[in-house]
Amino acid sequence: MARYHVSATVNGDEVDFLCEPEQTLLDVLRDELHLTGTKEGCASGDCGACSVMLDGRLVCSCLVMGAEAGDCSIETIEGMAEGERLHPLQQKFLDYAALQCGYCTPGLLVAAKALLERSPDPTEIETRYWLAGNLCRCTGYDKIIRAVLDTAAEMRGE
Amino acid sequence: MRYEAPETMEAAVALLASDDNARVLAGGTDLLVQLRADTIDPSLVVDVKKIDAMRTVTAEDGGFRVGAAVTGAELGEHEEFKSVWPGVVEALELIGSTQIQSRATMGGNLCNASPAADSVPAMIAAGAIATIEGPNGSRDIPVEDVATGPGRTSLRKGELVASFLFPEQAPRTGDAYLRFIPRTEMDIAVVGAGVCLTLDESGLCTAARVSLGAVAALALVPDEAADALMGTSVDEAALARLSEVASAAAKPIDDKRGTKEFRIQVTGVMARRAAEIALARAKGK
Ligand code: FES
Ligand code: FES
Repeated sequence: MARYHVSATVNGDEVDFLCEPEQTLLDVLRDELHLTGTKEGCASGDCGACSVMLDGRLVCSCLVMGAEAGDCSIETIEGMAEGERLHPLQQKFLDYAALQCGYCTPGLLVAAKALLERSPDPTEIETRYWLAGNLCRCTGYDKIIRAVLDTAAEMRGE
Repeated sequence: MRYEAPETMEAAVALLASDDNARVLAGGTDLLVQLRADTIDPSLVVDVKKIDAMRTVTAEDGGFRVGAAVTGAELGEHEEFKSVWPGVVEALELIGSTQIQSRATMGGNLCNASPAADSVPAMIAAGAIATIEGPNGSRDIPVEDVATGPGRTSLRKGELVASFLFPEQAPRTGDAYLRFIPRTEMDIAVVGAGVCLTLDESGLCTAARVSLGAVAALALVPDEAADALMGTSVDEAALARLSEVASAAAKPIDDKRGTKEFRIQVTGVMARRAAEIALARAKGK
């Protein structure tokens, strides 16, 4: 079977991997690069657990072929904290108990970070719509939304 | 399965023509789902996102040419296009989540040929032309002539939809798209309606196009719906007539998302409300 040699940047590091055309970017991240923070919930673009940034855009990595990632820049949950220092969103998710089983959390954090980068002062409605592609079966979303809005306020220095 | 990402249209066409079981990959939001579900088993996937002309929006003869692989997010950020064709942008942006918007394309939405595709009635109402590239060069056809049935298109071997031409808009033209879904977003249209209309200086409708989605195997373009608006000031009587003929044109099926009766009724309501928005936009221009 044909294997493709792909070079990409993942969380700022140059990486090379071999992948089969059947492998999604999610498969590659988890199985080839052993970055297992990104989760598979549905593998059909419905749940957002596999959210990553691809060339600055929030995508479902289960809907991207691994072979498509050539020369792309990918950011995953593993790149969010700086060493031991959590990203403000990560800290607020803890403070607000915005997770229970945690399966949706990496995807939600990546998606919320993308929101705050383009909209530092989002409304609650904007936040809910932006995160509508990230399903959570545990929390009921409210704590997540409050954690994101409070992070936004903190990052704006309020 | 082989993956290829050609950088030119010619190379893409040659690849597609070389394999009877080839598939075009644009945003992948339908294709990867179908691959995973084993509903398709292509021997070749041709990724068209490296072809510049398929990724850009350019001015052409007073209108716009939109590459078939331009994403919903990209078109939504194109202020100029959005100010001229807000209905088209709204329709495209209704598809899926933020994540899906980063990838989903109008070309893919059209060629996936779902009867419920949101961007298709809006493109049809706008009078958009699909430019198709193939082994025998390029040809232009109205968007409504691309899909021929659920999951089927009129594209011949080796052909792909390369771009859409949105022709120059007449003054006082407004477009709108509305769909009905039982929740606020992230769902598949139960009924969709796209309307584009033009007013003369006295406020009479001189051109109209109405397209209905999710109520037949194909997006419908009922002439009688457009005729209901033509020559009127799009007043209450015209809107009531539009609603009536749009409902009459709908040929929906019963499924878990809506019964036939419900869809027929809602078709009239959606067409009317879309026309009201298009009217307000036409007056504002
Ligand atoms: S695993 Fe990708 S959206 Fe659910
Ligand atoms: S915390 Fe369990 S799915 Fe969100």
